[in-house]
Amino acid sequence: MKKLFFVILCLSSLFLFAEDFSFSVKDNPNDNGSNLILQWTKPADFNGRISIKRTDDSGTVNISDLAKNYKLDYNLHPDKSYLYSFEAFSKDGKIMFDKKVEFKPVDNWFNAKKLPFLIILLLISGAIVYYIYSAKSGKELYIRKISGLESMDEAVGRATELGKPILFVPGINDIDDMQTIAGLTILGQLAQKSAEYGADLIVPVSKSMVLSTAREIVKESYLKAGHPDDYKEDSVFYLTDDQFGFVAGIDGIIVREKPAANFFLGAFYAESLILAETGFSSGAIQTAGTAMPSQLPFFVAACDYTLIGEELFAASAYLSRDPQQLGSLKGQDFGKALLAFILLTGVILEMLNIHFLKNLLIIK
Amino acid sequence: MKRNIPLLITFIAGFIIIISEFIPHYPFGSVKSGLEGWFLIISSFAIILGNLNLIKVNILKIKFKSQNWKYSYVTLISFTIMLLAGVFWGTQTKSGILGSGSGIIAQIGDKPFDYLYNNVYQHLSATMFSLLSFYIASAAYRAFIGRTVEAKLLVFSAIIVMLGNTSLGFLITSGLPHSLDFLQLPNISEYIMKYPNTAGQRAIMIGAGLGIIGSSLRIILGIERSYLGGE
Repeated sequence: MKKLFFVILCLSSLFLFAEDFSFSVKDNPNDNGSNLILQWTKPADFNGRISIKRTDDSGTVNISDLAKNYKLDYNLHPDKSYLYSFEAFSKDGKIMFDKKVEFKPVDNWFNAKKLPFLIILLLISGAIVYYIYSAKSGKELYIRKISGLESMDEAVGRATELGKPILFVPGINDIDDMQTIAGLTILGQLAQKSAEYGADLIVPVSKSMVLSTAREIVKESYLKAGHPDDYKEDSVFYLTDDQFGFVAGIDGIIVREKPAANFFLGAFYAESLILAETGFSSGAIQTAGTAMPSQLPFFVAACDYTLIGEELFAASAYLSRDPQQLGSLKGQDFGKALLAFILLTGVILEMLNIHFLKNLLIIK
Repeated sequence: MKRNIPLLITFIAGFIIIISEFIPHYPFGSVKSGLEGWFLIISSFAIILGNLNLIKVNILKIKFKSQNWKYSYVTLISFTIMLLAGVFWGTQTKSGILGSGSGIIAQIGDKPFDYLYNNVYQHLSATMFSLLSFYIASAAYRAFIGRTVEAKLLVFSAIIVMLGNTSLGFLITSGLPHSLDFLQLPNISEYIMKYPNTAGQRAIMIGAGLGIIGSSLRIILGIERSYLGGE
């Protein structure tokens, strides 16, 4: 009887001990089916080692880095099924627990974590489209004056009077940067004005893709202004992809050609102040614009006019005076109001120790 | 037709990129990286276009003896030397058509391309970058001598931030009692950088972000077409 009791006690303690181990595999939500979450538990006094192996049709792989109680297994394929073998070994190498789980990652159709952003995007985009169409129907829209853009006529006029060229730099990023595109749309307007006034335009670029786009834009602008013969293909030229090589090239142009007006519109980094100060020393009227917050103070200090962030993107609409484009600026104002509301609400809620909004807008 | 096809491509590509941000399922999840790959391929080929343009512009300058035409020789000779050094003996990890240039490495300690890169290019680049320190001084001087209230505020905060980042700043306020730690210059400097400065920068970033959304929508909907060349 005593022996039986001892056996039962041993078995039940083994059972209890074994129950402390667990292993599960679950799908990583909201992804493209390339990740699985492996989770396991082990008894508090466990001092052995654990091993996880993943087997698929291409073979077996040991999963490493198991210090925590979970592991994100990545680079998986959503069409494949994976067999995970979990084994826990005691210090002397005996298997204490083992479990096999087969799982197929799920390729999700929607990232639910981004739902709040989708709603915000739809609201802002909806407002922009609404104002575009209300402008199209003839509604008058007030757009505040942007001095930097008003200066364009002054700069072109000055260049014409002095018989000096106008320098336009569309930043140092490639055409995939929205700031470069914004700069190039302003170049179109500037080139048209230059063609009308008969002022020379110099456009050095640092990326080959920007070169071909800028050339097409300037060429079309001269054509539109009715002066296609005045267009000089070499007025838009490539210097170098290198940041400081490009700066050296432009500084050289500024010092030698002494342009009457300099336009630095696009994405700029450390070269912003070198360009703007060299331009200042040459006595040119300078207009700069960028969405790089760290470079804006340099432009503000060294240039006559600065387009700050959103003003750079608004320039094309502002200069074209096209009601549809101006309508889109009104839509952006709605976006600003919406974000200001979210920010204020967030601040108040955080002060009240309510973290709902913060958690909603954080993508982990 | 010439204009409508690019507009249609822009609309489809722009729309797919937007929805791919919210749909991880194949093929949407991999569209962005795929298009980025296409862009890299196209821009790699476009480098040839840029280099040909550089050569053409400088040859024409020499041919027509344009203003400062002699500098074009420097550009063309430097371009040719670097190109040939790379093609013949390769760069740091790649071999050229004449091998790795072990004989030259024994002489000058590096492959010709890397030697020129490390000993000429990097120094020239550093020289241009170092000009920044002088320009910061001159630009800051002009910004500080402004007579407006904003300029005075700028000078005041700039002095605090500058002093707060030096040992002198710490020394000046080191005598303050422990309860007035927040008045120590390094702490005030840190506060200015962490809160008002960050708030200002983020406001600009939010404005720019909205500007990007607006510009992108104008381009995707075909309202903004100047990037296609005029109109």
